[in-house]
Amino acid sequence: MRVSGKLFHALGLAVVVVFTLFPFFWMVAASFKTQADILATPPVWFFTPTLQNYQEIFADSKVIGAIGNSLLIATATTALAVLLGAPAAFALARYEFRGKSDLWFWFISNRMTSPIVLALPVYLLAMQANLLDTHIVLILIYLTFNLPIVVWICTDQFKSIPADLEQAARLDGADQFTIFRKIYLPLAAPGIAVSAIFSFIFSWNELLYALVLTRRAAQTAPVVATSFMSGYELPWGKIMAAGTVIVLPVTIFALLVSRHMVRGLTMGATK
Amino acid sequence: MSASPAKPNRGYGRWTPAWFLAPAVLTLFLIGIYPTLFALVTSFRRYNITRPRDGFPFVGLENYVTVLTDSTFWSSLFLTAQFYLSVLPIQIVLGLAIALLLHKPGMGMLKSLARVTLVVPLATTYAVVGLIGRLIFNREFGVANQFLDLMGIAPIDWLGTPAGAFAAIVIMDVWQWTPFCALIFLAGLSMVPGEIEEAARLETSSKLALLRYVQLPYLMPGLTSIMILRSADVLKLFDMVFVMTRGGPGSATDLISIYIQRVGFRIFDLGTASAQALLLLVITIIISRLYIRLLYREVH
Repeated sequence: MRVSGKLFHALGLAVVVVFTLFPFFWMVAASFKTQADILATPPVWFFTPTLQNYQEIFADSKVIGAIGNSLLIATATTALAVLLGAPAAFALARYEFRGKSDLWFWFISNRMTSPIVLALPVYLLAMQANLLDTHIVLILIYLTFNLPIVVWICTDQFKSIPADLEQAARLDGADQFTIFRKIYLPLAAPGIAVSAIFSFIFSWNELLYALVLTRRAAQTAPVVATSFMSGYELPWGKIMAAGTVIVLPVTIFALLVSRHMVRGLTMGATK
Repeated sequence: MSASPAKPNRGYGRWTPAWFLAPAVLTLFLIGIYPTLFALVTSFRRYNITRPRDGFPFVGLENYVTVLTDSTFWSSLFLTAQFYLSVLPIQIVLGLAIALLLHKPGMGMLKSLARVTLVVPLATTYAVVGLIGRLIFNREFGVANQFLDLMGIAPIDWLGTPAGAFAAIVIMDVWQWTPFCALIFLAGLSMVPGEIEEAARLETSSKLALLRYVQLPYLMPGLTSIMILRSADVLKLFDMVFVMTRGGPGSATDLISIYIQRVGFRIFDLGTASAQALLLLVITIIISRLYIRLLYREVH
């Protein structure tokens, strides 16, 4: 009974691992297949791997440019989100003031709102301001979901810093700005890093805004990868290689913050 | 959690929090509220940018009447609800099963591995999930049909038939978001005080009784949070479905965000699309209120 229980447990866990990794594995496998191997019916599981797909995408200036755009946009929007969000989080963690819960509500509804709601007016506004297909418009619009995440995680982090430290600094005559810079920011650095990683992941993964607001110059990696999905003879290997290159960095980042994944995705409602 | 009241001192004035908040609030106002107001104005206009010569005249509530009497809009909302009701039970049941497997003592290494791999689907770029779906569910060389063949089931034209396409996007969504439910439930299970769980395990050998009477109360907040967040996420869902099916075949996978995107950026009827988007926003605000009411009570 106990042995079979253990076996069942191990088997169950193994099924979980296979279930979660299979689509990912299948993409990576396809990225090393020749077109003929991908199009084989029934699908082949054992094949001679080729690097040709990767050579092709890394020789494609469109793909390289798009990855560069994605890097630039995700990094810039993350930096801005932390720059703007950390002080706001400090105020939310340390002060009571009127309208605080409304502010919270606002941050949270930003997390919930469908991008299509803002994509329509932002498209028109960007068109009027000649900002379509620029990096800046994506950097700014991504703040609508990054700022709430950064504010939430940092507020939580600031709240966990003992107030005694602050009292001591106050007695030394430090003002709130100094206290924020010299005490809170360094002590909350791990939490700020986690929030920055989340912000980067969400920005890197975003498709709808990027699809609507860019044409060529500012196209991000997901847009370019999906743009290969048209025409008759789809370059499957190339598409899957691009998919792998896009997903790999964020997967590594996500593994770094895996312990905080639930907090990041629920805005901390469950801890 | 000490609420330190503002004291009259340098930098402790009544307006100190405002200085810290202002940059974030002003930015969100500029990129969030201002465009929303602009959408509100647009929703009262006839605004088709493929016909700029007509101008963009104000038409009052005409767009809203169009939307509310548009059967496609309603069937798209209905389809979104159907999608939500299809994925949610599967994700909850599978998520709970996975959480229980991960909570069970023993199997250290394998458990850590499973726990870590759960993060992979969650981080996968949603558009790339769609690309993978196109590959897996291909009628000729897709691996999904190979699995069916192993079970003696005839191949399905997944993405070419309405039922097949709907099933395919449900499966990909289940793949991506079951780990989210599992991690939330796992967090709930680990909140059960150790001694209570131990005592209950000695009391009863029934796993079901343990789950029902000891663990369930700790799982409830997570369950509420899953139901609300998933509903908001399904209303937002665009990337994966757009890449996999573009809402088709026909309108079989035409979820609400896909539909509004098409009205706005394929038909370029931005007046109608804005009215639709604002109705969607109203639904989202109700959901957010619910979320805060039910889950953030302790924060305030």
